[in-house]
Amino acid sequence: MKKISKNLIYLFYLILFGILIVVSYNSSKRKPDSVSELYTDFSWLINWPKWLDTPFMHWINKGWRGFIADYGLIFDAIGYGLLRGYTELKNVIVQAPWPIVILAVIGITYVISGRKLGTTIFVGFCTFFIGFLNPRFWDKAIETTTMVVIGIVICVIIGIPIGIAMSRSERVRNIILPILDTMQVIPAFCYLIPGIILFGLGAIPAIISIFIYACPPLIRLTDLGIRLVDKEIIEAAESFGASKKQKLWGVQIPLALPNIMQGINQCTMMALAMVVIASMIGTRGLGDEVLLGLQQLNVGAALEAGLAIVLLAIVLDRMTQAYGEKIQERTQPQNKKN
Amino acid sequence: MSKIEIKNVYKIFGSNPDSVLPMVKEGASKEEVLEKTGHTVGLDDVTINIEEGETFVCMGLSGSGKSTLIRHLNRLIDPTDGDIIVDGTNVMELNEKQLIEFRKHEMSMVFQRFGLFPHKTVLENVGYGLEIQGKEPEERKKLSMIQVESVGLQGFENQYPSQLSGGMQQRVGLARALATNPQILLMDEAFSALDPLIRSDMQNQLIELQAKLKKTIVFITHDLDESLRLGDHIGILNGGRLVQAGTPEEIIMKPADDYVEAFVKDVNRAKVLRAKTVMIKANEFNSKDIKLADVYKVDESSYIEDFLPKVLADRCTVMVVDKMGDTKGYITEKELAISLSKDGYNLK
Repeated sequence: MKKISKNLIYLFYLILFGILIVVSYNSSKRKPDSVSELYTDFSWLINWPKWLDTPFMHWINKGWRGFIADYGLIFDAIGYGLLRGYTELKNVIVQAPWPIVILAVIGITYVISGRKLGTTIFVGFCTFFIGFLNPRFWDKAIETTTMVVIGIVICVIIGIPIGIAMSRSERVRNIILPILDTMQVIPAFCYLIPGIILFGLGAIPAIISIFIYACPPLIRLTDLGIRLVDKEIIEAAESFGASKKQKLWGVQIPLALPNIMQGINQCTMMALAMVVIASMIGTRGLGDEVLLGLQQLNVGAALEAGLAIVLLAIVLDRMTQAYGEKIQERTQPQNKKN
Repeated sequence: MSKIEIKNVYKIFGSNPDSVLPMVKEGASKEEVLEKTGHTVGLDDVTINIEEGETFVCMGLSGSGKSTLIRHLNRLIDPTDGDIIVDGTNVMELNEKQLIEFRKHEMSMVFQRFGLFPHKTVLENVGYGLEIQGKEPEERKKLSMIQVESVGLQGFENQYPSQLSGGMQQRVGLARALATNPQILLMDEAFSALDPLIRSDMQNQLIELQAKLKKTIVFITHDLDESLRLGDHIGILNGGRLVQAGTPEEIIMKPADDYVEAFVKDVNRAKVLRAKTVMIKANEFNSKDIKLADVYKVDESSYIEDFLPKVLADRCTVMVVDKMGDTKGYITEKELAISLSKDGYNLK
């Protein structure tokens, strides 16, 4: 049984290969006048034959145009919704007096880190120093943070359920894994360009890019975290008659939470990296300053902005890490022994 | 009818177990099957009846399929073939919903590495089964507290499992299993991860609890002493096959094959064999050979170790009596010598 299905797959590959060769030969502009030339002149065996040129580009462009015409409106709607949320949130923070913003950051850190004074002071200092570097940076840092935060929220909303689905079904994992690989490996510019076409310039394509770039680690770590939960603990839950839902929410997710938090942390860091790249498609924020310094060959300006991004990264990293550690202590309280 | 009936259960691990089943049914050995098909035979035609209120110990070395077997009872593992009947219900025929109900009420399980929830306190752990049953928090707390006290962990109820020692953790596991008041208790190498002193403590605690509660217990172990101590009946598994099932005395006195014999050869027989097992029946014994003054009366259910020192010191003959005081049989030094030596049956 198994052997037959495997052979069928090989046959399918062979047929696909054949079709591709025929199609690329036929569509090529530089194919030889007649097929018989291939039997007399064997030079195509030495250099890559010019007539072997699969017209992927044409296919994609054609499909893309059709796609935009049919579904462009949907993306407009998504883009508009996101833009609205982004602008509102950004305006609120930008218009708030800066001491209050810093105090809010300090307050949030204090609470989510489980009242760790050291972390709180460090984070407060870094936040203050971002504005201290250059007066322009304060508002820009807020723009960047807003983008990152919205990006992460989208990642969490979409990524964690996907991670859970992957952990529960081998088949789903086999389908999702290559997609994640593609998302992580494909160069950012390849999806920045279609992003512009779909959502226009500015913050929205940046947020979408953040999702594509930063979501995979979160999905992977969610999946891993749930699968790493001790099998005996799962069996224990099952043996008491826990339903799938009770098992998931009562046991698997709480025990996977430290890993999921690590995923969110990774997600944050990658989102920040993406925001800088996204400045190339007109996204404002701190990345914009880096780009400006680069274009003017102004080393100082670029480094200054770079430093601000590092500080922002430290702030976000400390905050998510501290929260993750707090959760870890709650689920695995080894340190508090007696 | 037995409480639990395991009927001709086969379990084969691998990509396509059904295709291998006929081969296993024809009697191919585990090694043959593995070599020819790449499938592992977990259980091979296992049939066991477990009576209500008894402790059935399933013994075997690692890889013998004993942990697989116990997971069939609540269907954490589905058998490849065969039936499992608990209380007249065929567990194999339950759908997912019925199975969940069955697990909630019929049986609970204790695990080798405890299987406690690290993010819940002792009290929450013990109350987990009740939580799944949908009991109100107040009632849950009350019932769990009773169990926590019954295993002697009062004062620790708000600790987390990782803050407790191994023995205490397993007591939490035991309390958790008892909290739902199930009829059947499955114990998967429950005491194997504990050090010897604690293990013996836990065994005593289990024997005490069992005397009170009269549950049907299926106990898995690789330790023969443990199985002799706890078991009313013992089943010995080797390579997925049930080699022998019987009372501890039967296992020791009449090992079914070399495998069982190798198992029982280092056992302290004086601790396991009872007077009634080794005695010569009264009607077969020539009572004129002894003088009545030399006779020492023992109860038929006492162990050899209880009267051995007396026999050795006073050179007397043992008269075995039942609870009413009637003479059932006699034990002389000769019977003792035979029953205590490894090759006892060859001497006869």
